[in-house]
Amino acid sequence: MNPDRQAELDALRPDLLRFARLQLRDAGAAEDAVQETLLAALTGSKNFESRSSYKTWLISILRNKIVDIIRMQGREVPASSLAKDEEGDDALADTLFEPDGHWRPEVRPVRWADPEASFEQQQFWQVFEACLDHLPAKTARVFMMREILGLDTGEICKETGISTSNCWVVLHRARLALRACLEQRWFAGASA
Amino acid sequence: MLSCKQASELMSQEQDRRLSLTERLGLRLHVLICDACSNYRRQMGILRQACRRFGSGGTP
Repeated sequence: MNPDRQAELDALRPDLLRFARLQLRDAGAAEDAVQETLLAALTGSKNFESRSSYKTWLISILRNKIVDIIRMQGREVPASSLAKDEEGDDALADTLFEPDGHWRPEVRPVRWADPEASFEQQQFWQVFEACLDHLPAKTARVFMMREILGLDTGEICKETGISTSNCWVVLHRARLALRACLEQRWFAGASA
Repeated sequence: MLSCKQASELMSQEQDRRLSLTERLGLRLHVLICDACSNYRRQMGILRQACRRFGSGGTP
């Protein structure tokens, strides 16, 4: 292992740890996932043209480690612990919709200007992470299993012990909250 | 006629399953006349793109 590679690993470690923490919400498990990723990276002898392609490679290893940990935990966490998050359901819907089902005027979705330009900005991703972090823990877990780790709803049901329709409800709630958060903290200002 | 609340449920679910013909027609009609939901639907796509980018380490 050359010293440059070691320096790059050190530089990327905080990013990896944040990525793992966000999804596992467990500092110890996140640390484990990152350690295993770094070990795998040290034994891999691939060459990379740039730091960004190196990061992409590391993240793909880390994603697999996170899925492994979730699969292991899934057998340990009782399904009933998901029910707690779900009580927040109506409260969220009430803040977003009128009793007749129309959007409340203050939260009506507006047009988001140029998302690609936002994706190029570091500040956007800070807001994005903060919004993900803001979701209730179990809701975030299901959402990230679906959208970040790319599992299908069938597997999510299996790992979390919830029904398919429940899974849709949880995903819907996550998207409502995340959309509102991104609009409020980023796009409303950016497009104004 | 779907309410915005119902439409938002379908717009989430179409990310995860194939909607029925009735659901698709109802949604298409609603989005046609509702700017807010039309924005919401586009945002569901943007959210998915953002998650892909984030999940593949493609962030700056």
